[in-house]
Order: sequence, then structure tokens, then C-alpha cells
Amino acid sequence: MQLKKADIITQLKKDILLLKGSKCGIGNTIQIKLGSIDDAFPNGHFPLGAIHEFINEKVEYAAAAKGFISYLVSALMKAGGTCIWICQTIKVFPPSLKSFDLEPDKIIFVNVQKEKDLLWVTEEALKCEGIAAVIAELKEINLIESRRLQLAVEKSHVTGFIIRDQPRDIGINACVSRWKISPLPSSSENNLPGIGFPRWNIELLKIRNGKPGAWIMEWSYGKLHPVSEQITLVPQEERKTG
Amino acid sequence: MSKRFVTIWFPHLKTNWFTRRQPSLYNTPFALALPDHGRMIVTAVNNVLEKEGIQAGIAVADAKAIFPGLKVYDDKPELSIKLLKAFANYCIRYSPVVAVDPPDGLILDATGCSHLWGGDLLYTTAIINRLKSFGYDVKAGMADTIGAAWAITRFDATEIVIHSNQQYFALLFLPPVALRLDQDTLELLDKLGLRQIQNFIGIPRAALKRRFGNHFIERLDQALGCKEEMIHPVQEPAPYHERLPCPELILTRTGIEIALQRLLETLCSRLQREQKGLRYASFTSYRVDGKTQKIEIGTNRVTHNSNHLFKLFELKLDTIEPDLGIELFILQAFKIEESQPMQNKIWSGNCDLNDIKVSEFIDRVSNRIGVNNIHRYLPDEHYWPERSIRLASSLDEKMSTSWKTDKSRPIQLLSTPERIDVTAPIPDYPPMIFRYKGKLHKIKNADGPERIETEWWLEKGQHRDYYSVEDEEGNRYWLFRLGHYTSDQKPQWFIHGFFA
Repeated sequence: MQLKKADIITQLKKDILLLKGSKCGIGNTIQIKLGSIDDAFPNGHFPLGAIHEFINEKVEYAAAAKGFISYLVSALMKAGGTCIWICQTIKVFPPSLKSFDLEPDKIIFVNVQKEKDLLWVTEEALKCEGIAAVIAELKEINLIESRRLQLAVEKSHVTGFIIRDQPRDIGINACVSRWKISPLPSSSENNLPGIGFPRWNIELLKIRNGKPGAWIMEWSYGKLHPVSEQITLVPQEERKTG
Repeated sequence: MSKRFVTIWFPHLKTNWFTRRQPSLYNTPFALALPDHGRMIVTAVNNVLEKEGIQAGIAVADAKAIFPGLKVYDDKPELSIKLLKAFANYCIRYSPVVAVDPPDGLILDATGCSHLWGGDLLYTTAIINRLKSFGYDVKAGMADTIGAAWAITRFDATEIVIHSNQQYFALLFLPPVALRLDQDTLELLDKLGLRQIQNFIGIPRAALKRRFGNHFIERLDQALGCKEEMIHPVQEPAPYHERLPCPELILTRTGIEIALQRLLETLCSRLQREQKGLRYASFTSYRVDGKTQKIEIGTNRVTHNSNHLFKLFELKLDTIEPDLGIELFILQAFKIEESQPMQNKIWSGNCDLNDIKVSEFIDRVSNRIGVNNIHRYLPDEHYWPERSIRLASSLDEKMSTSWKTDKSRPIQLLSTPERIDVTAPIPDYPPMIFRYKGKLHKIKNADGPERIETEWWLEKGQHRDYYSVEDEEGNRYWLFRLGHYTSDQKPQWFIHGFFA
């Protein structure tokens, strides 16, 4: 009886989401497993066929965000397909994407000099059905522009990732989620010297029909693992004086 | 169906051009002259002077003696061919095959064209009236052969159109010069008293050939239609091309779009029937004031998809200015290749690199921002980071080696390494602190060094010792020291990338 009730509630939740106009994930059979982060999403899985926004306040954050996106895109590309990476000048180093399970040779890089063309190319790419993912490095995007992209995505069910490096104005836009990925000090196994696995503080600042949150995750052995221990971000000097 | 030709004659081509440039010359007699054997010879006269009885070929001094107030200008020998070429390009709106006939004429292959203007006579008069509106004296004639059309254009004041197979009767009363014969033959004919074509057209060919040579017979046959004559069109029509003449002038973008769509549909259905596709196409619009505007597109893959081609052209349609109106559109397809018929999938899944949708997307993008901005990277057999990747030459090029993952590489690589200030213990320990863009980073963990040597057969320079380092905040960087520690100078340190 108890079990039945839970089933009914989840079904009702799904129905409510549909009524709210959330079309994410319809027609997609792929699911990205993100462990504990999954609970934050509507229906319990990463919204596909939508646009996700990544805010990078620093250059170092961009590197972490690109690592995280590479993992997401690699899961999308498992079922075949290609990825289009749109940027002004290429900053990403393709061989390193391989360590995030992404096939660098299956990515088409489009370099666009003019900012106006950047949006146009992004929209054209998002309209193209069957592409696994579109990654666009856009500095600024406003509500109207993002709504255009969202409309394109609703038709084609392509998943889009927008990387915004040091934006002047974060503003509001129609993206389904807003993320901030920042690097954290790694810890190596058994306190061996050297750098450990990449560790990130994944902050979900905004998610439509979901619950925002923050998680500490480590990328190791081709998977994201939650990190349980609390990382102290306090610099050592302050600790001494305290 | 027999062929039809129109010849156009500009009796005062060069003088009309001068009058157009200087309208004050309209009613004044003037001539153009060139030096020849030390004297000035008149090469062209305008119609006022022609009425006075002065013709090209006499010396300027003689002409001035007859007509004292004569104005003489320097002739431009290149002018007539330039003008004729411009007129020939303009006349493409009347026929796809237009040839220049120096020194003062044009030849149009009008086979199957005139019905669009409502008949031979209307077609020819339309050409005459249009060219006259530019301020030139124009005569034109239409016949089954170039020879007959040429003859009636220049030597028959009344006839404009000779009906099919009537050229024999039309030529009877014309002088032999109408057959485009050389001067010697003409003099010979004159001496023999053969002053009209009817005088010798009935004589047996063998006798004529013996007396006047092969050239005479050839010209006669060409005029009568027994022998075909070749012309060299100014613009070779593409084997796959479509024309759309518009009776009403097109002024709006919607109109242009409809025209383009119609042309694409007919062309693509023809290509599809023949199992072919195009790689390159051009869309030309002919404006009523004589300007032509052309837009061109190229595709990555052989295609006969009219919707896709329309989208490619659509991006460039803005450059067409209708101005006073467009009267003709021509769509030409170049680089025709065989295309394999494809079976559409019942359901569409995710598309691969060589999927049509992806290549169509790339076509659209490359037409707008240029094909040089679209890249795919493949691994290359080099350790030097900048050379470890290379551009793929095509979308479906396969990898020759696999991606290397044994050494960690940064996810973001600076295109040129940037100088940083570093404090590092010798001999080869990782740095303790470094300053990048004014910010001090204290290094907590580090890996390295990883020495990467320059490839001396490609480039000179010092080796790099790479360290991956992590600062207190957890940011991870890729630094390197250039060369060895030496006693006289400090080593240079650079930052080259950011790890995730």
C-alpha cells in the first residue's frame, strides 16, 4: 500500500511538470547518471533537450566547467552522434578531452570572430536535429537571445551548453539551469605527494522545476564520485593566527 | 525544329558612345580618326556627317576640305570590342547564347526564345527598342541562318524577320557584299557584272568553286543554311541551368525568393531524375538597367535538395538590389557529380559526422563565416604540445594514430605560453610560488618535471620541463621552465595551460 502511494505521487509529480510546460527530456532515451546531483533535477534525471548555462568567474573555473561538460557530453555521445563546439578562438586542448571520455575527433570546432555570428551559428547548430550536443562559448546572452535558443531546442531536442567566461552581467535568461563549477584542492590517496584526481565544487545555482544545491565531486576512474569529507578552504596562515 | 538567329548591327557604335558622353555633339557633325602611314584617316563618322556623304576611310584633310567645321576626335581602337562585350552580356536576357561579331555586331542564337516575347517580330523589335533606348543606332534581323540574318540586317531596309526556310528568296535582290565575302572576290564579281545574289545563285556550284574558291561557296552555303556556322558565346551556358524571365519586373525580396525557389525546384528535379547532384551553383539576376548581380554557393557534399540549397542562397539574398526591377533570373549549376540515391530512415536517430544534416549545417555556416573557420582535430605523432594535434583535411578523415592519455594534459591550453615570475628551488624542484597576472599563487602540490624536447629537425629552441601544479585554492596549472639552469642567467618560466 505504502509503495503504491509513492508510485502515485511520482506519477502525479511528472504530470504536474508536463502541465508546467517542461518539455525537457521528451523523446530522449539517454540518461546521464550524476549520483546525488540527480535528486535536484525534475523527474530525477538531468534535463536533456534544454540549454544549460555555466558561469565562470575566473579562467580556472572555465577549465573545471569544461571538464564537467566534457563528461556530460561524453554520456550524450555514447549513443552516437557528433558534438559542435562554437567559440571565438579555440582555448580547449582536444587531447585532454579524451581523459573525460569524450572523443576529440568527433567534435567539430567552429571559430566565429563576430559576436553576432556567434549567436547565429549557435542557433543554427541547435536547430540541427540529431546532433548530440552543442557547446557554445558565449560571453553575454540576454533574455530574448536565450529564448530564441530555447525555442530551437524545444523543436530539435538537442542539448546545449553555454559557457560564459567572466560575464559582465549575469542577468536573467531562459536557460533551464545555471551552474558554477570551481576547482577544489585535490587529495591524493594515502597522502602520496603530487596532485590527486580533479575535484570540483559543483554549484547548481538555478534549475527550473528543481532544487538548487551544491556538491563536492571528484572525477576518477571515468566517473564522478561524491566526496564526503569536508574540505577546508581556509588558507593556512589564517588558521595559524586563529 | 530549325535554328533561329538574330544579328544586331550598331552602324554608329563608337560615335554613339561619344555622343552619349557629350550630349552637345548630338546634332554636330564629327568624326573619329587614327594616324595611318603618316596621315590621319577617318575611322568612324556620326550619322549627321554620314548624311553629308562623308564615310570612314578618307583622310581627315580631305574631309575637312569638304566640310570645314568638322570636329575630329582621337579614335579608341579597343572601344568597340569593349562595348560589344557589354552589350553581349546585356543581351543574355534575350538568349543564353550571345556572341560578339566584330567590329560592330552581335549574334544571338534565338532558337526557342521568341515565343516568350510573343513571336519573332515582337522579339526582334523588343531587342531593337531596348538597345535604342541606350542611345545607340541599332538594326537587327532574324533568320534561320547567321548569314541570312547578317545580310538583311545590313542591306535590307524593310525586312526584319525572315520566316523559316525563306532565306533563299530574301537574299535574291541583295548585293554580293551581304554574303560577307572578301574584297578580291567582290571586285571580281563586280567586274563580271554579278551585282545581285540572284545573278549567280543558280550557277552550278562546281563552276562557282572553280572561279571564286572554297570560301565563296562556304559563305553561300552558310547563308542558305546548307552548312552550319559555329559561334563563340561570350558566356558559355552551363549544361545545367534554368532561366526565369519575368514579364513583370521583380522589385521585392519575396519576389526574388519565389523566383529562386521555382528555379531550384526545376533544376533539382532534373538533377534527381538523372541521379546527379551539384557542388557549386550561381544565381544571377539581370536588372532592367543593365546591371547583373550574382550570388554563388558551394556545398560540402553533392546535393539535389532544393530546400537546403535555398537556405544557402537565402543567406546571400541581401546582396541583390532590385533597384528599378529585375527582369530575368538564371540559376546555373557547376561541378555536377553523380549522387547515390539515399534511402530515408523511417525514424531518425543521432547523426554521425558524415550525416547529411551535419554537412548541411556546415554548408550553411561556412557560407556565412567561411569554411576556414570550421575545424576538426586529429592526433598527430608529436610530443610537443602545439604539434600533438593537426587539422583534419575533411569531415570523414579517419585517425591514423590514437589519442594519448598516458600523460595528463590541461583542458585549456594557451595558444602562446605566457611569462610568469617563479620562485623555485634548484636543481629541478617544482616552483614554490608563482605570480600570474598580478596574483600570487602558493603551490601546495606538484607533479613533474616532464621533459619535452624540441624536434630539432622541425624547429630550433630549448627543451621544456613541464610541471603540473596545484595552488592553495585548488586551481591546477601547467607550467614549464625553458632550457637548463645556467650560471649566467635565470631560467624563464611560462604558464601554458589550466587543468580541470
